[in-house]
Amino acid sequence: MRVNVIVNGEAMTADDVWEGESLLYALRERLGLPGAKNACEQGECGSCTVYLDGIPVCACLVAIGQAEGRSVVTVEGLADGESLDEVQRAFVECGAVQCGFCTPGLIVQAHSLIASTSGVPEDAEIREALAGNLCRCTGYEKILDAVRLAAARKAAL
Amino acid sequence: MKDFAYVSAPDVATAVRAITEPGAKFLGGGTNLVDLMRQNVERPDTVVDITRLPLDRVEELPDGRIRIGAMMRNSALAAHRLIRTRYPMLAQALLAGASGQLRNMATVGGNVLQRTRCPYFVDLAARCNKREPGSGCDAIGGFNRNAAIFGASESCVATHPSDMCVALAALDATIELESVRGVRRLPLVGFHALPGDAPQHETAIAADELITAIELPDLPVAARSRYRKVRDRASYAFALVSVAAALEVRDGVVTEARLALGGVASRPWRAHAAERALMGAPATEESFRRAADAELAGAVAQSQNAFKIELARRAVTATLRQLHLPGGAA
Repeated sequence: MRVNVIVNGEAMTADDVWEGESLLYALRERLGLPGAKNACEQGECGSCTVYLDGIPVCACLVAIGQAEGRSVVTVEGLADGESLDEVQRAFVECGAVQCGFCTPGLIVQAHSLIASTSGVPEDAEIREALAGNLCRCTGYEKILDAVRLAAARKAAL
Repeated sequence: MKDFAYVSAPDVATAVRAITEPGAKFLGGGTNLVDLMRQNVERPDTVVDITRLPLDRVEELPDGRIRIGAMMRNSALAAHRLIRTRYPMLAQALLAGASGQLRNMATVGGNVLQRTRCPYFVDLAARCNKREPGSGCDAIGGFNRNAAIFGASESCVATHPSDMCVALAALDATIELESVRGVRRLPLVGFHALPGDAPQHETAIAADELITAIELPDLPVAARSRYRKVRDRASYAFALVSVAAALEVRDGVVTEARLALGGVASRPWRAHAAERALMGAPATEESFRRAADAELAGAVAQSQNAFKIELARRAVTATLRQLHLPGGAA
């Protein structure tokens, strides 16, 4: 089938798409956006987190037909050209990246948390918001530092 | 995953017509079905996508009842003002389930119909009467740490994994079903079946029916309610045992009680025996423990899950105690 999706603000079309493909597969293998990662493929690890109509979801569990006509923002869509988003900068500055595989999903999920809260969220709130993003390097402390830093910078604006 | 035809339904009439095709299956948020299709546990011939149906609102009806559209996302329902203020146990139960991303995807209707997380159900190499009727049950005598303690049979010991449904059972919610044959309403309590000798029959829904809404009664006692979930880690795990409870106490005496347990049966377990024990009893720790004992008297353990009986007893007592303390509700 043919699928039309608005990805990072750009209308994109893919042809001869198999009904059983996921949004994640289409993004990575058909639309040239490898940012969202394919890890568990069962919605457990959050590495494939993208915005779908403004809400973070696991792209691995979105059947491609469900994305038809909808708007997707991937980690690639957060930066403005070479200028990183505040959350991305905080991850770099805090050393919140080890192997990097979970990073794109964490960035999108953290981006959503910070966009939807005012001020710096409590640690418990950050932990719950990121509960669906697994880091197998177990680098969670630096990840929490990065989220706090990004939230504090946004709050100071 | 096997090949299938994909149909997107713009309205309920189209959806209930499309589902009459043999081998057709509704697709809501996909958090359970897509996963099971990928594991070849579910093998539909046609997938009818219902996420575009205009059933994604909470409405207050003129008589005070609340109508929840079945396509409403779990996170949106949990955040809704009417749910948070009038039925806090429901908002808490929704937020206790899954992860943020999954709550954003999962629909209310899909949550009701989600399948067990018994490991043998998704293991095609294992015997499972639910997946393959008549094949046997490898959970009995196998890994059954999180199996049922109520209502299990020699065919199946699986639990229903929903948190939301536990609160809905305590609230006496109603499920609205629609098909080409018409509309009917069923109480949520009793909607999910006990396994008996046919664990493949999980609910009272007919093959051609669509869940269109969940309705909540106007229930003042629910404003003072709580959902408590005990699990292996602080977040993002299925319940070992959970409790949805509402309590009204006047002059030190229990005048109304609603109680349901999760993680303990193939259905959200409405604790009628505990409710009866609480009614008219003094609101004391002793009464709360007696009520828990009354319910747990009927519990039966599998080889690995005897701990759940004591855990459930303590969780019930603690939840009631918490509700009765000043500021302990919601």
